[in-house]
Amino acid sequence: MVVGKSVKRVDAIDKVTGKARYTDDLADKSALIVKIYHSTIAHGMVTSIDTSAAEAIPGVVKVLTCFDVPDRPFPTAGHPWSIDPHHQDVADRLLLNKHVRYYGDDVAVVIAEDEVAADQGLRALKVEYEELPFVLDVQEAMKDGAPQLHENFKNNILGRTNYEIGNFEEAIQEPGLVKIEGWYNTPVVQHCHIENHICYAEEQAGKIVIVSSTQIPHIVRRICGQALGLPWGSVRLIKPYIGGGFGNKQDALYEPLCGYCCQMVGGRLVKLDVSREETFISNRVRHAIRYHIVTYARPDGRFVARQMEAYSNQGGYASHGHGICAKGAGAFKQIYVDEKATKVDAYTVFTNLPAAGAMRAYGIPQVSFAIESSVEDAAKVLGIDSIKLREMNMMPVGYVDAFSKNCNYFDSLNQCIAKGKAYLDYDRLHAEYAKQTGPIRRGVGMAIFWYNTAVWPIALEASSCRMLMNQDGSVQLHICETEIGQGADTVFAQMVADTVGIPMEKVHVVSTQDTDITPFGTSAYASRQTYVAGFAIHNIGTQLKNKLLNYASYLTGKPSEEIDIVEGRVVDKSSGELLMSIEELATTALYSTEQAEQFSAEGTTQIKSNAYSFGCGFVEVEVDIPMCKVKLLRMINVHDCGRLINPQLAEAQVHGGMSMAIGYGMGEQLLFDPKTGRPLNNNLLDYKLSTTMDHCDLKAEFVENFEPTSPFGTKALGEPPACPGAPAIRNAILNATGVAVNQTPMTPHILFERFKEEGLL
Amino acid sequence: MYDFSALYEATSVQNAVELMQAHPSAVLIAGGSDVLIKMREGKLAGTELISLYKLDELREVTMDPDGALRIGPMTSFSHATKSPLLQQYMPVLGEAADTVGGPQLRNIGTLGGNICNGVTSADTASSQVAYDAMLEITGPAGMRKISIHDFYKGVGKVDLQPGELLTAILIPKESYENCYGYYIKYAMRNAMDIATIGCSVNVVLSADKKTIERMRISYGVAGPVPMRARSAEAAVNGQPVSEATIELVGNAVLNDVNPRTSWRASADFRKQIISETARRGLRAAVERAGGVF
Repeated sequence: MVVGKSVKRVDAIDKVTGKARYTDDLADKSALIVKIYHSTIAHGMVTSIDTSAAEAIPGVVKVLTCFDVPDRPFPTAGHPWSIDPHHQDVADRLLLNKHVRYYGDDVAVVIAEDEVAADQGLRALKVEYEELPFVLDVQEAMKDGAPQLHENFKNNILGRTNYEIGNFEEAIQEPGLVKIEGWYNTPVVQHCHIENHICYAEEQAGKIVIVSSTQIPHIVRRICGQALGLPWGSVRLIKPYIGGGFGNKQDALYEPLCGYCCQMVGGRLVKLDVSREETFISNRVRHAIRYHIVTYARPDGRFVARQMEAYSNQGGYASHGHGICAKGAGAFKQIYVDEKATKVDAYTVFTNLPAAGAMRAYGIPQVSFAIESSVEDAAKVLGIDSIKLREMNMMPVGYVDAFSKNCNYFDSLNQCIAKGKAYLDYDRLHAEYAKQTGPIRRGVGMAIFWYNTAVWPIALEASSCRMLMNQDGSVQLHICETEIGQGADTVFAQMVADTVGIPMEKVHVVSTQDTDITPFGTSAYASRQTYVAGFAIHNIGTQLKNKLLNYASYLTGKPSEEIDIVEGRVVDKSSGELLMSIEELATTALYSTEQAEQFSAEGTTQIKSNAYSFGCGFVEVEVDIPMCKVKLLRMINVHDCGRLINPQLAEAQVHGGMSMAIGYGMGEQLLFDPKTGRPLNNNLLDYKLSTTMDHCDLKAEFVENFEPTSPFGTKALGEPPACPGAPAIRNAILNATGVAVNQTPMTPHILFERFKEEGLL
Repeated sequence: MYDFSALYEATSVQNAVELMQAHPSAVLIAGGSDVLIKMREGKLAGTELISLYKLDELREVTMDPDGALRIGPMTSFSHATKSPLLQQYMPVLGEAADTVGGPQLRNIGTLGGNICNGVTSADTASSQVAYDAMLEITGPAGMRKISIHDFYKGVGKVDLQPGELLTAILIPKESYENCYGYYIKYAMRNAMDIATIGCSVNVVLSADKKTIERMRISYGVAGPVPMRARSAEAAVNGQPVSEATIELVGNAVLNDVNPRTSWRASADFRKQIISETARRGLRAAVERAGGVF
C-alpha cells in the first residue's frame, strides 16, 4: 500500500531536469504575438483610438480595439456553471472595454510578427478618453453620489450577506458584559505564481484550440464558448504543466481574448504572454477586506454576542465576487460559537481597482486576521490567557453546521493547539516575554482557523476519470483534476495503485488535461481535489478491479470473490497463491481470440458531502523597535487534514502556505496613487514578496484524524496553510511590545507609526 | 526580445571613446542591469548600444605605486566582494557590494555602473563617497581626475561629457589606512531589494583606541544623490569612544539630511532610520577598529 507513504513525486525528474514542458515551451515559434494596451486612467470612456500609426509599423499584422469586439458580456469566475440562472456568475466582461473601470483595464490589442513590433505598435496607439470620477475606497464607494461602475448595482454593491442568530440587541443587555471593539484591515495582494499567465490559440479542424496556463481547463472552455459565441464543444482547451496559480488561474484570464485574436487573423496561431507588471494589475488580486468586530463577553471570558461588519473591495469587475466575503461571514459563526447571538453584515463592493478573484483560502486569511486579532484583543482586555479564551468559545466537538452538514467529529482544534504550544513552549515564553523592556524584544503569538473542503452544497461537486489498462498491466489515468504544482498527480497515482492493486510505478497519470480527451470536471480550487478525486478514483478504480477479477475468474474458473489483486499479482484470496501476474492477465485479455477486452473503466462520481479542516499557527518573533523591524525566529503550523496521503507533499504544501502568510503578514501590498488610481508597485522589486532570507525555519505538524466521509480519510490542505500565519505574527508583536497592529502587512512603515503612537519611539 | 538598432563592442578604452564619438546617441552598456531594464520598459526603444563587456582591463582591482587602490569600474559586485586587496584594505566596499540584489545580479552589475547611473540608492556608492574616492575619466581630450563629490550632479546625472567614460575608481592610501568601515543597508527585505536607507560609516581611532580621530559617514536615499553628513562628522571628530558619542551622532546626522516623503517611505520614518543606522554604524565601525564601549 502506498497511500500514506512519502513516495517521490511522479513529475519530479522531469521538472528538476527541465524536461517538463510548459505553455511557452509548447508554442510554435511561428506564433504571432498579441500585446494588450491597458488604460492609463482609473475610470472613464474611451472616445477614440487612432490606430493608423501602429498599423503602419513593419511587422504589425492587426490592431483590434474596444470598438471592434462583440457586445456579448461573459462571466470569468472559475466556478462550476449553474443551470439555475440565479446562481450563475455575473457576466460583466467584454473582450476589450470602452468603459474602463480601473487603471490597467484592457482597451486594445496589437497583433504582430514579433514582440518588438507589437511593443512599437502599442506605443504608437493614440487613445483618448472622457474621464469619469473614480473611487478606490470600499466604504466611499457605497455612499450615495459615489462614482457608479456598473448599471444594476446600486451604490456599487455587488453582494451582501446578513444574518442574525439569536437576538443581538437583547443579548447585549445582559448586565456586566465587557465590550471589545476593533477595526481590522487587510490589503490588496497578488498571487505571484512563478509562471505568469500565458496562452496561445489556433484554429484546427474547425475548432479553436487554446493551450493555456490555467487551473481549470473545462471551465475555461465553457467561458471561451460563451465569450466567443461558439458551441462549447467547438473550443478545445489544453492545460499542460503550469508554474503555479494560487487561484489567479481559477478564472478565465486572457483565453477568450486570445481566441478572439486568433479568429480575427484567419485562425493563425497567436500567442498572448503576460508580463509580471500586467499580472499584478490586469489579472486578479486578493480582496482587500475591512472588518469591524464587536465582542460582548462575560468577565469569565464566555462570548455572549458578537457582531461583524465586512466590506470587501471587489475592484472593477465581478470575477468571483461576493463568494469570498461570504465565506468569511460563514466562518465567523462557526469557528467561535456565541452563547446568545451572532450578527453579521457583509458587503462586496465595486471600486476602481483591479478585479479581485480567488486566491488561496478564499477570504479566510482575511477574516482569520480580523477574528484572531479580535480574540487576542479580548483576552488582553479580559485578562485571560488567549488560548483559554479560545478553548472556551471555539467550535465544540460534535458541532454540526446546518447548511453544509459538516461535523466537528474530533477534538481537532485542541489537538492541534497542544502540538503548537509544545513546539514553542508557548505558555512559558508568553508569560516571560510580556515583561520585557528595552529596544529589542521577543514575542510569541498564535491563531486558529476554520476551513471547508470543496464547495458542496453551494455548488456542484463531481469528478470524472478514466482508467485504461495496457498489456503490461499498467494503467493510464485520465482525470479532470489538475496538477498545478501541488503534487496532485502523485497522490492520484498513489490512490489508483492501492485501489486497483498495482504498484505505484504501474500508474501513468496523464498530466495534461485536454478537453477533447479528458473527462469533464472542474479542477483545482477550494482545496477539493484530493478529497473529491478520492471518491472518483475509488469508484472507478473499484470498477476496473472488478473487471480484472471477473476476467481472472473466467481464465481460472475460480469465483471472482475468491480472487484478489495485490501489488500487481493476481492471487487466491485465502491461500495467497499466485494465480498469474497482472501482465499475464492484461495481455491475455487484450489478445484473446475468444473474448478480447481492454480493461477500462470510466465515469462521473457525484459528491454530496464536505468536511471541516482545522488547524493553527504559532510564531516567535524578535522586534527591533528603533529599526521598526520584525524578525521571525520560529514558526509552526499544525493541521488536521485527515489522513495524509503523502506526508512529504503535505509538509511542502504547508511550507508554501506559511511562506505566503509571511508575505501577507509582513510585506506584501499593492499600492495605488490616490490621485490617479495608478498602481505604484506592480513589479517584484517594489512589491515586497518575502524572500528565503526573510523566512525562519518553517515547521509543519499534523493531527491525523481519519475523515469519515472520505474513502481515503482525507480533507482540505491546499489552502488552509495560508490562514493562521498573519494573525499569529500580529499577536506575537503584541506580546513583544504591547502594541496591537490592526492591519496587514505589518511593515516597518506601519510599525513606526504605531510605535510612535504608543510612545515606544 | 529587446528593441535596439545596433550593438558596438568596444575593443579598448580608446576604441570605446571613438565609438561614442561616432555614435553620439548610443548608450553605454556595462553589466546591463540598469540598461536592459530600461530597454525592457520601452524607454530606450530603437537605441544603439556600445558594450564595454570585452574591456577586461577595466575589471581588475590593483594597487598603484603610491598605495592607492585602483578599482576597475567593470569590476562586478561579486568580484569586489572576493577581491583580496579590498578584503585586506577596504572590506566594507565588498560587504556593501554583497547586499546588492541577488547572486545573479551581483555577477553582472559593476561598481562603475553603480555610480555612473547617478542613483542615490546604489549600495556601493555611499562607501565610495565615504572614502573620498577619486575618479579617472577618459575621453577624447585624454584623461582627467575628479573627486566623487564633484561627480554627482543631480538625480541620474553625473559629470560625464560626450565621449567620456569612467576608467578607474581610486581610493587614496590616506583614506583607507588604519580606517575601519561598516555599511548598513536598510531595506524592506533581506535580499533582492533596493535600500530604503544606506549608511556607510568609517573611523580612524587614536593609538589608544579611546578617541575617534576621524569619522566619515555617508548616506544613500537621504537626499537626491549619495551624500556625506558633514556636520555630524565635525561633531564626532575628536570625541571619545563612548555611549554619549553614539547618541550624539544619531542626533547630529539629522542636521545634514533632507529625506523626502514618497509612497516608498515617509520623511519621518526615513529620519528615524537615518538616526538609528548612524548610531549602529558608528558603533560597529568603532568596534571593528578595536574600540571598546
